[in-house]
Amino acid sequence: MHFEYIIDGGNFAKAGTASSLFKKVLKQLNVDPKLIKRTVVALYEAEVNIVAHAYNGVIRIDIDTERIYINLTDKGPGIPDIELAMQKGYSTATPEVREMGFGAGMGLSNIKANADKLKIQSEVGKGTTVEIEILLKG
Amino acid sequence: MKIKQIAELLNGKVVCGEDYLDRSVNSVFASDLMSDVLTLKSEDLLLMTGLGNVQTIRTAEMSDINTIIFVRNKKVNEEMLKLAEENDMVLIECPYSMFKASGILYQAGLEPIY
Repeated sequence: MHFEYIIDGGNFAKAGTASSLFKKVLKQLNVDPKLIKRTVVALYEAEVNIVAHAYNGVIRIDIDTERIYINLTDKGPGIPDIELAMQKGYSTATPEVREMGFGAGMGLSNIKANADKLKIQSEVGKGTTVEIEILLKG
Repeated sequence: MKIKQIAELLNGKVVCGEDYLDRSVNSVFASDLMSDVLTLKSEDLLLMTGLGNVQTIRTAEMSDINTIIFVRNKKVNEEMLKLAEENDMVLIECPYSMFKASGILYQAGLEPIY
C-alpha cells in the first residue's frame, strides 16, 4: 500500500496532520500498538522538521507485511553538517518552533531511537531526504 | 487513580472528555517540552504541561496519552478542543503552578515515569 502527504513549510497549525492520518491507517490495519507508537513518533518528529525548516515537502509511505518505509523529501535549506545535526541538543530552530514545544535538538536522535533504519541525505540550498524504516516482523 | 479524583485534587476544570473520568492512570510526566514527551516509552501516563497549543494535543495523540492537565491557568482553545475530542481525550485546566500540582499528585500516590 502506498500513501502520500503534502507538507507546507511554516504551517505550524497543520503540523502533525499527516502523522495523525497515517496513525489511523495503522490502527485500521491492526498493527501492534508498540510499533504504531514508534512509527508515528518518528514520523511526527520528521514531519515537524519539514514544517520547521523547509519550504515544502512530500511524505511517501509504503507498507507491506514486512515493513513500513517512510520517505520524507523536502525543498529547503538543507543540512550542512548531518553529523552535527544528529547530536543531541544541537538545534537551529526558530523561536516560533520553540514556542510550539520543540526545537531542543532532540528530533533526529529520537527518530533514530524509534526507527530500525534511518538514512538522511541533504544538499545545501536544495533540500533534504529522510528515509525511515520500521520492521513489522522481529 | 481515577481521572475524576485527580481533577478534584487539583481544583481542576474538565473542559473535554467528561465521559471518560472513570479511566485510571498510575503515573505522571510534567513537561513543557514536547520533545521530551516524545521520548517516553510508557503509555500509562498523564501529561501535565503549561504549554497550551495544538502541538501539545498532537504530541499526546502520537504518544498514546489520553489525559492532559494544563497548569498555570493555561486555557484550551477551540482548535485544541476539536482535536482532543476527535481523540477521546480528557483535558483539565488547573489554576496551580506545575510544582504545586506535581506535589499534590505525588503525595496522593501517583508515580513518576523516571
